[in-house]
Amino acid sequence: MTDYKMHLLICGGTGCKASESDEIKNRLNQFIEKHGLEDDVQVVMTGCFGFCEKGPIVKVLPDNTFYVQVKPSDAEEIIKEHVVKGRPVPRLLYTDPKSEKHVSDSKGMDFYKKQIRVALRNCGFINPENIDECIARDGYQALGKCLTEMTPEEAIKEVKDSGLRGRGGGGFPTGLKWEITRNVENDQKYVVCNADEGDPGAFMDRSILEGDPHSVIEAMAICGYCIGADTGLVYIRAEYPLAIQRLKVAIRQAEEYGLLGEDILGTGFNFRIELRYGAGAFVCGEETALIHSMEGLRGEPTFKPPFPSVSGYMGKPTNVNNVETLANIPVIINKGAAWFSSIGTEKSKGTKVFALAGKINNVGLIEVPMGTTLREVIYDIGGGIKDGKEFKAVQTGGPSGGCLTKEHLDIPIDYDNLLAVGSMMGSGGMIVMDEDDCMVSIAKFYLDFTLEESCGKCTPCRVGNKRLYEILDKITQGKGEAEDIERLKELSFVIKDTALCGLGQTSPNPVLSTISNFENEYLAHVVDGKCPAGQCKSLLRYDILEEMCTGCTLCFRNCPVGAITGERRQPHYIDQSLCIKCGVCYEKCKFNAVILT
Amino acid sequence: MGKIKSLADLRKMKEEVQTKIKLRETSNHPEQVVQVKVGMATCGIASGAKETMKFFIEELEQEAIDAVVTQTGCMGYCYAEPTVEVTLPKKDPVVFGHVDKEKVHEIINSYIKRGELIDGIIPVNFKTIDD
Repeated sequence: MTDYKMHLLICGGTGCKASESDEIKNRLNQFIEKHGLEDDVQVVMTGCFGFCEKGPIVKVLPDNTFYVQVKPSDAEEIIKEHVVKGRPVPRLLYTDPKSEKHVSDSKGMDFYKKQIRVALRNCGFINPENIDECIARDGYQALGKCLTEMTPEEAIKEVKDSGLRGRGGGGFPTGLKWEITRNVENDQKYVVCNADEGDPGAFMDRSILEGDPHSVIEAMAICGYCIGADTGLVYIRAEYPLAIQRLKVAIRQAEEYGLLGEDILGTGFNFRIELRYGAGAFVCGEETALIHSMEGLRGEPTFKPPFPSVSGYMGKPTNVNNVETLANIPVIINKGAAWFSSIGTEKSKGTKVFALAGKINNVGLIEVPMGTTLREVIYDIGGGIKDGKEFKAVQTGGPSGGCLTKEHLDIPIDYDNLLAVGSMMGSGGMIVMDEDDCMVSIAKFYLDFTLEESCGKCTPCRVGNKRLYEILDKITQGKGEAEDIERLKELSFVIKDTALCGLGQTSPNPVLSTISNFENEYLAHVVDGKCPAGQCKSLLRYDILEEMCTGCTLCFRNCPVGAITGERRQPHYIDQSLCIKCGVCYEKCKFNAVILT
Repeated sequence: MGKIKSLADLRKMKEEVQTKIKLRETSNHPEQVVQVKVGMATCGIASGAKETMKFFIEELEQEAIDAVVTQTGCMGYCYAEPTVEVTLPKKDPVVFGHVDKEKVHEIINSYIKRGELIDGIIPVNFKTIDD
């Protein structure tokens, strides 16, 4: 076994590669050889460190020295000074923006504090199908502590004091919800776990259930103890087969250990958990619709009040919490409310899991403290925009949320700040868009989704959203009029004010936020008849420049609809009435004679 | 395993399983055992994590390397699935991304057998609740 004394890790992420990290690696190796250190030092190219703003990055192990903005010409100094003489190179160290001091050990850098895994603490760490591994990581300790050492009131107080708010989107204080349900008198109450994750692009609840099902089970039992329920129900969509299987295994193991069932830990507390499957309807994420679906009725929402805390499943008091919310509970009980509330902003405590998707380099699941900015999420953790393109917008909150733009990059993310700028937290999907995305088409995409998912019970949602979709479609077809923008706004406000449930009340948000942030793009569609992002086919026009065309006939031979005419060695022409805007001629032309306007 | 009857029992059991998992007592030489965790959430499986895990087990067996291969949930690096975490005895865990059959060979031959890191490791960029 080769025993390297030192490792030099160099970032091989897209951003750093573009700034010559390959060349840095070559140079480092060159100087290592020159000093005869091949057997002591190894240079390794890694995946993205996520600190792309300051790339390329070189990290030295074992001392954790973190060099930023390294150039190939710095390689010699790193080897001569740091590797040979053991002295870090100060000018390449990261400078803390606040203290303006060099930070040598990367553990002391802010950057490492950007992600804290609380809800995801066991995901990717334990084997989810082995309860022992979970117990070794404090699993079920919080339940034991509650049952043995705390009264339900004390446990509720802990959750209230922690400042935890619902992670499914609404942001209702969890402890308060528990207290309300506890205070309703009834012989039978229920705990429901909402695992009906429906936002396009969001998958944190699925990942938690697949990676750490025991934490959710434990939290449901704690909730049962607090509110006085002996039955828990998990409403999970049938399209999550792996999550269902892991939950089933986990429930069985917990029962075998006596951590679910009768007389848990000898305290006389009984709690059992059953699964209820959903068919994957978006509206069933709304708690009243979810409860009706569990009762075997149509998944349609009903008017609140009465709230489920008073009259829910089978008319009994029911406490509905989202998966991620529950996953936070055992940590709050174990580490205390004060620890939890020390993370986050004034009104939003703790961390939030986000699913990064779209035109971003590091697609994946991240967990950051509330109050982290979009810029940090997208550039420091997400690794920036794919293919070096320009950032245009990020959609948060799924079909109920809105688009945020460059201007919003430095806003600390929490429930209230997102609402203030016309979006919402939602369940935590973040879809990143670049310069090639047309905002009218994006709004149309979300409307298409809500149309499909509308249950059809109330008119504003059923008919109103359809009309919104039709106007947007007209605009993308190039048939829009200037008045359409006003029409969209007016109709949106009416739908928001009159729809029955959260789905309809928020469905116009993508339209309103794209209009308010990208009005010019709407105007370009309806006034100038152009799509600035080049996405709306009906608004594109391909032409052949006479002076550039050599008459090679390549476009003529490749046009699928015969819209191009012309003689060999003579300029060709596109018949606009036949052209389907497929762009084949544009791609095939070797002389840049085909232009797109 | 019988039922856990009290909080004290649960705490005792935690101590027991903690040591057991740390040392992986299934092995004859716990101090030499290599631990391999394969990310097996939907995202990982869709990218071929099942094949990767199977291949790891087969190859390690063939090479007669004392190792424990287990599954785990999503590590969050969906852009680099399948992801695998390898912990050599007395070393910090290292995460590898895009682990296909070829990469499995590379990990076994370079990292597990010789302790050489290979290109494509994913740096840790988060804190845990214990930090």
